[in-house]
Amino acid sequence: MLANEANPTISKSTGLPRKRFYRARAHSNPLSDSHFPIPIAPLHVDYSLHYPQVFAASDEVQVSKKVQFADIGCGFGGLLISLSTLFPETLMIGMELRDKVTEYVKERISGLRVANPGQYQNISVVRTNSMKYIPNYFEKGQLSKMFFLFPDPHFKEKNHRRRVISPHLLDEYAYAIGVGGIIYTITDVEELGDWMKACLESHPMFEALTFEELESDPVVNLLSSATEEGQKVARNGGQTFQAVYRRVQPS
Amino acid sequence: MEDAPMEYGESNKEIEVAPALIAVHPNQESVAVAVGSDLRVFDLQGDCAVSLVDDSSGGSLHKDSIRAIRYGANGKLFVSAGDDKLVKIWSTESWRCISTVCSEKRVSAVAITNDGLYVCFADKFGVVWVVDVDGSDGQAIVNKKAAPMLSHYCSIITSLEFSPEGQFIVSADRDFKIRVTAFPNKPLDGAHEIQSYCLGHTEFVSCLAFACNVEYPQGFLVSGSGDSTVRLWEISSGTLLDTCEVGGKAGLLESNGREEECCSAITDLCTNSDGTLVAVAVQSLQGIILLSCNLSARTLSLAKVVSIGGETFIPTRLVASRSTGLLWMITGVSNLRGYEYTSLARVRVIFGFNKSNHDFIQNERLVLEDDKVPGGSNLLEKLQGSVSFDEKVFVAAAEAVKTAMGNFITVCDTMAERRVRNADRGRIRDHNADCS
Ligand SMILES: C[S@@+](CC[C@H](N)C(=O)[O-])C[C@H]1O[C@@H](n2cnc3c(N)ncnc32)[C@H](O)[C@@H]1O
Repeated sequence: MLANEANPTISKSTGLPRKRFYRARAHSNPLSDSHFPIPIAPLHVDYSLHYPQVFAASDEVQVSKKVQFADIGCGFGGLLISLSTLFPETLMIGMELRDKVTEYVKERISGLRVANPGQYQNISVVRTNSMKYIPNYFEKGQLSKMFFLFPDPHFKEKNHRRRVISPHLLDEYAYAIGVGGIIYTITDVEELGDWMKACLESHPMFEALTFEELESDPVVNLLSSATEEGQKVARNGGQTFQAVYRRVQPS
Repeated sequence: MEDAPMEYGESNKEIEVAPALIAVHPNQESVAVAVGSDLRVFDLQGDCAVSLVDDSSGGSLHKDSIRAIRYGANGKLFVSAGDDKLVKIWSTESWRCISTVCSEKRVSAVAITNDGLYVCFADKFGVVWVVDVDGSDGQAIVNKKAAPMLSHYCSIITSLEFSPEGQFIVSADRDFKIRVTAFPNKPLDGAHEIQSYCLGHTEFVSCLAFACNVEYPQGFLVSGSGDSTVRLWEISSGTLLDTCEVGGKAGLLESNGREEECCSAITDLCTNSDGTLVAVAVQSLQGIILLSCNLSARTLSLAKVVSIGGETFIPTRLVASRSTGLLWMITGVSNLRGYEYTSLARVRVIFGFNKSNHDFIQNERLVLEDDKVPGGSNLLEKLQGSVSFDEKVFVAAAEAVKTAMGNFITVCDTMAERRVRNADRGRIRDHNADCS
């Protein structure tokens, strides 16, 4: 937590918020209006904009809530929508790189909020590159679930470093997920499935869920059915490969 | 799509100007300077220039610009690395290269563990590698392979620093991040446990140093950035303790009074032996800025601007000798066009950097004349390449340094824009435009 007097968003001399609350690139190309804002630190993300009804509540518990689930590369948002009603008290966010797709998810959520008063208030989406900016959104140990459903496969060996699950990126996810939290991955590409499992298996801060634990976790069923990509694979009768691991304390 | 946005600058030779670097042995037994691919060492104990011995290379030691040089905390090892993708580990006893480690990419930063057992280096893809140098004892060690230890995804790491007590390795990048990672017992298996992120800078982070003393042996981190601030951090939680706006102060000194944001990036900083002072180099400042650091109050404040009279001297690197309290400064660039000296460097020294803060700040005449510099003209001749230069050369060098920094910033941003625009066009089937 930043001490108030050291809060870089507030100007020391004027006490007013600085213009550069969000990092504006001083040298950015003025012809390009497509850059996305990057919060300087998790504290600077105004979640009341994402979950207005939750934050409008007068009770302390509601207002101090933090995001606990993150759907990385959420695509069209099917998983968030299924999880929203399953865990109505939990705040969750999707992270998506594509601008148009993010806009679509935003509209989809507001549509659902209008059509179902009081519901879908706990889900939202941000446009960002999850491979770079996870620490800008989440504090250490803040998340209890992270989802990676049908991520891009990047077949070529030299592109493996672009995969969203990699030994080094798992270090960042292990930072964002609290001990006991769970990381869910699924793909229809066998090679990628093997890769994700191998990365998780050899990471000292993750351990596989047992068969019984998988059976009793209501979220596991959603992995192959809730998202647009999952539904497409199912329609085509494709096989899926999942790896579900718990964040543990390294020994 | 090319897989290497970080190498974008390679095609653009104009920005291939490399700033001169300087390093000082912890007991000031020797001083090293790198200008371009040239590595120069002066032995202060023997009062003579050192001839480096490298059996692995035929003649030239490094084949391209050196980007990082550093002595280990116990003074036994020295490391040099850079654009030729070679990491050379030297024994400071014999000045023999005891190992040359090949990196896959160009190297941007190096660090040596406090116990001297491991060398770490960062490549241009943001990966930090570790090499085990245990048991070398000054003898040649062959076939050392580096293992990847941690990574800043697709960002250039600008600085690597071990915490004073050695539990953490701190890495800073061009994406305004500072990452604090627990340094494990078996670093070759990777450093997976992220202790914290120090987030607050709004531009690239250019330099890191620790301020510590007997009362605070774990120390506090000091960082400098393209956002023209120097910040003080508590690293185990990543808490920002104080922010010092240095840019405005630097602007005051500019002769034309123009205060351009792009020219007040912090280029280097360095702390003194009891953590009470921080010396700061700014991109366009002729001189250095001194900050007072109060560790018990956890504050940083502007103490003084030290101008270096008599010549155009914008330091590119600063380094302190803790034992002697001398602050060594260098300015210079390689590949300076149109001048007789293609690899120009100028060394200046400030004394009393370990004195009690107050005395030092009060003192008006801090910069040593050339004949008072340890090693005198022999040292200067070796490290600078010449004892005296035409003033015009300094002006040109100062301009080149400014352009090199400025270009770097613009290049980074152009890349970011390119990435985003490409992502929007949806041209990239795999969607992951960031590294395309
Ligand atoms: C194949 S889609 C799967 C979408 C969704 N999870 C589903 O199952 O339907 C992969 C998604 O990840 C997004 N993506 C790829 N790289 C990303 C990154 N670095 N940060 C955020 N999103 C990313 C893509 O834009 C794309 O929408």
